Amino acid sequence: MNRQITKLAVASMILLAALIVGTTYWQTWASAGLAEKQDNAIQRVAQFRIKRGLIRAADGTILATNVKRKVDGQTLYFRRYPTGRLFANLVGYSTQGRSRAGLEQSENAYLTSSNANLSTIFNKTLDKIKGVTITGNDLVLSVRPSVQRLAVQQLAGKCGAAVVMNPKTGKVYALASQPSYNPNLVENHFNQIKATNAPCHPAAPLLNRATDGLFTPGSTFKVVTVTAALDSHKFTPESTFYDPGYCIEYGKQVSNAASPDGPVESFGHPTLAQGLQHSINSVFCNVGKALGAGTILEYMKKFGFYKDPPLETPANEKLPSGLYHGGRLFFPSHPATQVDPGRLAFGQETLAVTPLQMAMVASTVANGGVEMEPQVLNRVVDSGGHTVVRIEPQKLGRVMSRQTASEINSMMVAAVNDGTGGAAAIPGISVAGKTGTAETGNSGINTTWFISFAPADNPKVAVAVTLQNQTGFGGTTAAPIAKVLMQAVLSSGSKK
Amino acid sequence: MSLRNRELLNLVVVGALTALGFASVYIARQSVVSTASLSYAAFFLALYLVAHLVARYAVPYADPYLLPIAALLTAVGLTEIYRIRPGDAFRQGVWIIIAVGVFAGTLWSLRRDYRRLESYKYIFGLTAIGLLVLPALPGLGATVNGARLWIHFGSLQFQPGEIAKLCLIVFLAAYLREKREVLAQGRLKDFGPLLLIWGGAMLVLVETNDLGSALLYFGIFLAMLYVATGRLLFTGIGLALFLGGSYFVYTRVAHVHERVTIWLHPWTDHKVYCALTGEMKLRQDCGSYQLVKSLYSIANGGFGGTGLGKETLETSAGHPLIPSLNTDFIYSALAQGLGLIGVSALVLLFMVFVLRGMRIALLADDGFSKLAGAGLTFGFALQTFIIVGGVLRIIPLTGITLPFVSYGGSSVVANFVLLAGLLLISNRANAPREA
Repeated sequence: MNRQITKLAVASMILLAALIVGTTYWQTWASAGLAEKQDNAIQRVAQFRIKRGLIRAADGTILATNVKRKVDGQTLYFRRYPTGRLFANLVGYSTQGRSRAGLEQSENAYLTSSNANLSTIFNKTLDKIKGVTITGNDLVLSVRPSVQRLAVQQLAGKCGAAVVMNPKTGKVYALASQPSYNPNLVENHFNQIKATNAPCHPAAPLLNRATDGLFTPGSTFKVVTVTAALDSHKFTPESTFYDPGYCIEYGKQVSNAASPDGPVESFGHPTLAQGLQHSINSVFCNVGKALGAGTILEYMKKFGFYKDPPLETPANEKLPSGLYHGGRLFFPSHPATQVDPGRLAFGQETLAVTPLQMAMVASTVANGGVEMEPQVLNRVVDSGGHTVVRIEPQKLGRVMSRQTASEINSMMVAAVNDGTGGAAAIPGISVAGKTGTAETGNSGINTTWFISFAPADNPKVAVAVTLQNQTGFGGTTAAPIAKVLMQAVLSSGSKK
Repeated sequence: MSLRNRELLNLVVVGALTALGFASVYIARQSVVSTASLSYAAFFLALYLVAHLVARYAVPYADPYLLPIAALLTAVGLTEIYRIRPGDAFRQGVWIIIAVGVFAGTLWSLRRDYRRLESYKYIFGLTAIGLLVLPALPGLGATVNGARLWIHFGSLQFQPGEIAKLCLIVFLAAYLREKREVLAQGRLKDFGPLLLIWGGAMLVLVETNDLGSALLYFGIFLAMLYVATGRLLFTGIGLALFLGGSYFVYTRVAHVHERVTIWLHPWTDHKVYCALTGEMKLRQDCGSYQLVKSLYSIANGGFGGTGLGKETLETSAGHPLIPSLNTDFIYSALAQGLGLIGVSALVLLFMVFVLRGMRIALLADDGFSKLAGAGLTFGFALQTFIIVGGVLRIIPLTGITLPFVSYGGSSVVANFVLLAGLLLISNRANAPREA
């Protein structure tokens, strides 16, 4: 029997050796991939031994810091957010029980020093060998607490969002979403967050409405349409239209006023410029029909619609803007037959956009037609104070000619000086803006908008404001908020 | 150096390693070296010295490496169990004392000639079947993780399969020794017992819903059949029958089907129906939760491990991150703490144990001893492969224990009986012949 026993011994050795091979696979080959899995709670909890990097605002205000606590003889670093709900939707949270969100999630590699930067790797390895606590890299953001605080105050008690950015650099000054939540409560008092009340359903305090909220853009979208109209050379600002006070869409009247039951208001024979200034739906309806949905869609894509906006927040907290069907982004294969060009032109159809995307639209016009990448990150700094990475402004590309941008700029100035956006006017400074009042399907309940920039001749700030469930108009509800936010940036100067 | 002195020296080294392991966990958890760690190690060493003294008297010519390896494996297990849940380590310690007692008792009572067990083979056979059927009895059996492997006596839980395995090996060794020549001729009517045992294994599979146990029993049977007859064809036919039967069960029994699905596709990108809660969930949050979390634990260990006591096993609020950590998944905890280097050394220990066991079977001079030795050793190897292979996603995961390491009374006791058996066979093989 000895021959068989020897063979059995060899078989047993092969079985057991397979275990070493298997372990090798998981601990060397596959370990990096597993560490990145979203549900890898071990990795997440293990990272609490790392002294996470701080997150600071542009002026140095600490937005996220650490609290050292001894648990089971181990020193762990828990997160604390000194500014509470002020930057919650942008900065997010890092917890053991509920994972991570916001910049805490997307910039985790820097915050835990697990990024691929050579000097970071060197320092971390040195710390590991010495048995010293690993310290993460700090983030310095471009956001300004003073502007952010104003934005949150202005939105308080409402559901909505505001984005304030520098149109020339793309740096974001404020990114507010209401209702918000206190990130310090996420780990142990999540029920309090779930119980948040707001004048919208669901209240969704964790949702970053600025980047992840989809709203019908209404008339603010006319800026996109007019870009297509002028840049394609099919129209000039002086092109005239006949306005009967409504436009015929599929044999039905679509009136100019936000409310279909309102009185018919006719502007006679307005030009395209006047159409934007007074937000005349019938003008844009005809522009849309003349251009065709395909051309408008083409310019939407130039503006960055149909793509996640390139902000540093996590991919799962951003949504692309565009036409939506049944909750999914809709890519029309035959726009001419699938999309109603008239309703698309004045921002209805099945359009759904993020406030960030509309802020990018305003910024692009302000920046002479060149779109800048929106950024909240200025610098990454290591624990010794040395800059690891400086995030330089990035051009996304030219959306329209300088000429077109300048023409739209003038039209938007007219809209504020003598049009629908009067509430955003700032004495002594020329402001460009566009209102939006989008129908929600519930009569009398609108999503209101204002997108703007100032000063019009040398823009230093661009803004998008969105409010949900409003009974008023964009010009009366959102424009005053945009005004306050622009003033806040302009009065503080354009320091970086 | 005499065999027993060599064993003693090895045990002293194991004692020192145990002290180191406990000290490591203590420093990591409390930042102090407590005398408690040393007293744990001292107690441990004393216990094994008793076992050694019994061996010195009862089996003076037995292999000197098996007992120290078993001691080291239990020490590693106890250290890790202590790290995971100190309360369990105490209970495990008590079980080890009981197991060493049973070990000493077995050596003592069978020291003259264990081969008399051969004449009781049918009693062993029937006991094995009886023990296997026990968990299926209503009121006595308990379902843990969908598999009926446990029986309850009041608050005491017991896994009879571990003891059944040993009884089965003794029965098979005796039966095959008697019938091996007849079986080797390969007449069709002699396949009766083979089919009977195949049926039995399938029955166990259906009754307990446990693929791993069925694979273990049937694997031991096939290995011993091969050793007895030398006919690889039988093993091939047996394996084919087993695979066919398993496939049939896989298509019919939802629990087994689920296990295989989890094995093949532990991660899903979209939500799938979760039978545990009745909701739509990602599979990694439902059926494959345990497997996936255990893989994360192994991966977190990396090459060198986090160090004993520094593993991340629970949130700081104390919620466990990996379920069944001290039984089925103790290997994943060890892999995180000791890293690739550490657990490879651990697997090498298992390999040395198996090689020594096979060597004993080779040296034994009668058929019963050879078959029993090979059966016990292969059972040990196969059980290690099934649980660790399951944890490593080499085969579908089933909940059986890692010999000597996992937490669990029945397992520790059964493995010490197995150890006693191997020592007895080895003692007889090495003993000087009387003229």
